[in-house]
Amino acid sequence: MVDVSELKTVEHDVLIIGAGGAGLRAAIECANAGLDTAVLTKSLLGKAHTVMAEGGMAAAMGNVDPRDNWKVHFRDTMRGGKFLNQWRMAELHAKQAPDRVRELEEWGAVFDRTPDGLINQRNFGGHRYPRLAHVGDRTGLELIRTLQDHSVHQGRIEVYMECKALRLLKDGDRIAGCVAVWRETGRFMVVRAKAVIMATGGGGRAWRVTSNSWEYTGDGLTMAYDAGAELMDVEFTQFHPTGMVWPPSVRGTLVTEGVRGEGGILKNNKGERFMFRYIPERFAPETADTEEEAARWLAGDKNARRPPELLTRDVVARAIKAEVEAGRGSPHGGAFLDIASQRPAEYIKRKLPSMYHQFKELAELDITKEPMEVGPTLHYFMGGIRVDPDTQASTTVPGLFACGEAAAGLHGANRLGGNSLSDLIVFGRLAGLGAAEYVKGLDGLPAVDEEQVKAAIRWATDFLNRESGENPYVIHEDLQEMMQAKVGIIRNATELAEAIERIAELRKRAEQAKAHAASQYNPGWHEAMDLHSLLTTAEAVTRAALMREESRGAHTREDFEGEREEWGKVNIVIRKAEDGSMEVRKVERGEPPEELAKIAFATIEDLEAGRV
Amino acid sequence: MSKRTFRVWRGDRTGGRFVEYNIEVGPGMVVLDALHRIQAEQAPDLAVRWNCKAGKCGSCSMEVNGKPRLSCMTRISDYEPGSTITVQPLKTFPLIRDLVTDVSWNFEQNKRIPPFRPRKPGPDGKLRMWQEDVDRIQEFRKCIECFLCQDVCHVLRDHDKKQNFVGPRFIMRVASLEMHPLDTVDRIPQTLREFGSGWCNITRCCTEVCPEHINITDNAIIPTKERVVDRFYDPVAMLTRKIRGVDPTKEREEGKHA
Repeated sequence: MVDVSELKTVEHDVLIIGAGGAGLRAAIECANAGLDTAVLTKSLLGKAHTVMAEGGMAAAMGNVDPRDNWKVHFRDTMRGGKFLNQWRMAELHAKQAPDRVRELEEWGAVFDRTPDGLINQRNFGGHRYPRLAHVGDRTGLELIRTLQDHSVHQGRIEVYMECKALRLLKDGDRIAGCVAVWRETGRFMVVRAKAVIMATGGGGRAWRVTSNSWEYTGDGLTMAYDAGAELMDVEFTQFHPTGMVWPPSVRGTLVTEGVRGEGGILKNNKGERFMFRYIPERFAPETADTEEEAARWLAGDKNARRPPELLTRDVVARAIKAEVEAGRGSPHGGAFLDIASQRPAEYIKRKLPSMYHQFKELAELDITKEPMEVGPTLHYFMGGIRVDPDTQASTTVPGLFACGEAAAGLHGANRLGGNSLSDLIVFGRLAGLGAAEYVKGLDGLPAVDEEQVKAAIRWATDFLNRESGENPYVIHEDLQEMMQAKVGIIRNATELAEAIERIAELRKRAEQAKAHAASQYNPGWHEAMDLHSLLTTAEAVTRAALMREESRGAHTREDFEGEREEWGKVNIVIRKAEDGSMEVRKVERGEPPEELAKIAFATIEDLEAGRV
Repeated sequence: MSKRTFRVWRGDRTGGRFVEYNIEVGPGMVVLDALHRIQAEQAPDLAVRWNCKAGKCGSCSMEVNGKPRLSCMTRISDYEPGSTITVQPLKTFPLIRDLVTDVSWNFEQNKRIPPFRPRKPGPDGKLRMWQEDVDRIQEFRKCIECFLCQDVCHVLRDHDKKQNFVGPRFIMRVASLEMHPLDTVDRIPQTLREFGSGWCNITRCCTEVCPEHINITDNAIIPTKERVVDRFYDPVAMLTRKIRGVDPTKEREEGKHA
C-alpha cells in the first residue's frame, strides 16, 4: 500500500479548486492579500466552462439607460429567482457588480463600446434595462482571458493544470487540504492548505442533453458534501431554453440568449410567435402583448414593453417544451429561433459572430438567412454549497469556502442570464477575502491524517486494480438517460421516486466499475472516479425535487402546479447524516430586511420615480 | 449511419503506432464525436483533451489527415466518403499520450509578456475608448489559445526555435497590448530582442489554420514587425537619435495609439 510520507506534498495558505471565472477571481484576491495561493484545475488554464458564457455580465452601470441602478437589478434578480434567493447575496451582487466590471477593464478587458466611449450594455431575459456588459457573443472568453493574464503576474499563484482533486482532508472539523491526482502521470499529490475555496461549477453532465463540458460532474458539491458541508437549492436546475437540437452530435450545445437580446424571435411550425401565449401574470404588466409593441421596443422606443421572448429562462424553456408536445415543434423537436427576419445580415455577424460560425460549421445553416432550431438544454445549477453571504464560508465546515456556480444563494429558483458572470467576479472576490480573513486567524497548517489520504488513494486505485468490472462510460450513459427521462423540466413524484431507486442501483454498478490499467492520461479511469460525484449530485437534486411539492422557477412539478406560499418560506438543505445517508430538510428563510423587501416588491413606476 | 475507419495514433514518449478503429458514424458528426465513440466502445483509455465541444475553448487541437484542426469543428462529412481518416497529435509539442501533447511551453511564454497597465481615467473618473479604436484588438482577443498557429509555425515546428521565438500566438498577444488604446507600457524592444519577432518570415501558415479566422499575419504580426523596424531600423530615425543622443530601447513611441 501507499507510503504517505513518500507522496509529493505541497503546502499553500489557500487552495482554490477550479480555474473558471470564480476560481481565478478568488485567486487574485488571495494573492493580493499576501497569501500563498494554489489553483487546481482538471483542464488547462483558460479552458473552463466560463468560456462558454456568451451573452455578457449583468451590472447596473446605466451606460445605455441611465434609469438603471442597483435597486432595479436587485429587484429583477429576486423576481427572476421567484423570491427564493438569499436577500443579502442578491443585494451584494447588485451593488458590487459595476465596480467588478470596471475593474476588469482596468486589467485589460476590451468590452464593446457605447457611442460615447463607455462599456456598452445589451438587453437580456429578465433584466429591465440594457445591462449586460459584453464583447460580441464571447464575453466569457474575454472574462477568463483577462483574469488569466492578470493572475499570472500576481506573484504567488501556483496553478496546477490537469490535476483532479479527489477528496478533501480534514483536521478534526476543519479543512486541511485535499488529495489530488495528476491526469498526465496518474501520480497522487497531497495539497496542504489552511483554507479551500470550491469554484468547481455544477453537475450538468448527469443529464444527456446539456451545454456543459465533461468537467461538470459535480465534484465540488460532492467533495464538500462528503466533508460535511450543507448543500442548498439543488432542486433548481436551469434548462436553458435555447440549445442546438440538430445535428444529433451537437444536441444541447448552447445558443446564446444574446440572439433574443438582439431581437431574435421564437416561432412554432405554424409560424406563430407563440411566446405571447405564455406570459406569466407576475410579468404581464412589464411585457409586450402584441407584435406591434415588441417591434417598437426593438426599434428603441423606451415606452414600449419588452418582447415575451425575453421572459426568464424557466418560462421560455417550458413554453418550447409545451409547443413541441402539442405537435407544433420544428422537424427535430425544437422551436424556430429567427433573427434573420429581424436584423440585417451584417448586424448579426457583428453582434453574434460565434453563433454565426457555430451554425455555419456544425449545422450548415446560415443564421442571417434561416431560422435556427433550438430546444431546452441543462445548463446551470442554481443550488450548490450553502454559504454565508458576506464571506462565502461554508455554513458547517470551517476553512471551506465556495463561489460561483458551486455556491448556492444568489439565484434562488431561477437564474437570470448575465447574472452568472457577474456572480463569478463579485463572489469570487468575496470568497478570496473571506478565506484571507479566516487564514489570518490560524497559526500553522492543519495536520494531515494519513488514513484519510490512504483511503482516498485506495478508492481511486481500486478501479485500476480490480480484475474485471463494468465499462464506466456505459454507467454514465445510463445515468444520463435516466436523469433526462425522470428528472427533467417537468417532474412528478412517481418518476422522482423511481429515479432515487435507479441511482442506488447505478451506484452499486459504479462502485464495481473497471478502468484499463494504465494510470497515465487515462480518461476511462477519470470517468470511473467521476461517477461518484455524478451520482451524489444526481441524488441530491432528485431528493430535493421530490421534497419540494410546488412549481417554482426552474423546478416544475406536474403533480403540484403553481407556487405555494408555504414553500416560498423555506429552502431545502441537504447534508450527509452520521450513518452516511442523505439527509434532506426544510430550513426556514426568516423575514427579509424591510429595506430590501420594499425594493423587491415595489412597482417599477415607484422604483423609477425614486419613491422607494 | 455508415461505417468509417479512423487511423488513430496510440502511444507515448517511448513510442507508438497507428491503430485502426471501425465505427458507425451519423449525420453531423465531427472527428471528436468519433473519438468519443471509440473511447466508449473500444478503447476507454484513449487519451484526448477536450472541453467545450463548440469551438470556444481550444482544447481539442490535433492533426487530422496532416492538417492542424480543432477536432470538435471538423466534420467527418468534409472528407471523401469511405476514406480512412488519420488522426494524430500536434507535432510541435512533446507527446504525453495518444492525442494529448504537453503545451505548457505556451503558458510560460505568456508570463514573459509585460502586463497591461492603463493610463489614468479622464476627469470624470471614467475610462473611454471608441469602438473603431478597439475593433482591431478585439479581433486578436478572439483567440481561444488552441495553439494550432504555434503547431504549424515552421520556426517552431521544423526548426524547433522555441528558445528564440515565442510564436504567432504571443506576437499577437503583444500586438493586442501595444494597440490597446489605454495601455502605457512599451514592449517593442523586448519584442525584437526577447520574443524574436524577426524570426517570422511571413509565410501565413498561422493565419490559414486559425479556427477563429483571425488574420494573424496581416493584422497582428506585420504591424508589430513594422513598429520594431520603425524604432530600430529606420535610417532617418536612427540618424536623428544619434544626433540627439537618444537610446531607442528607452524611447517612448510618439502617438502610440494613432
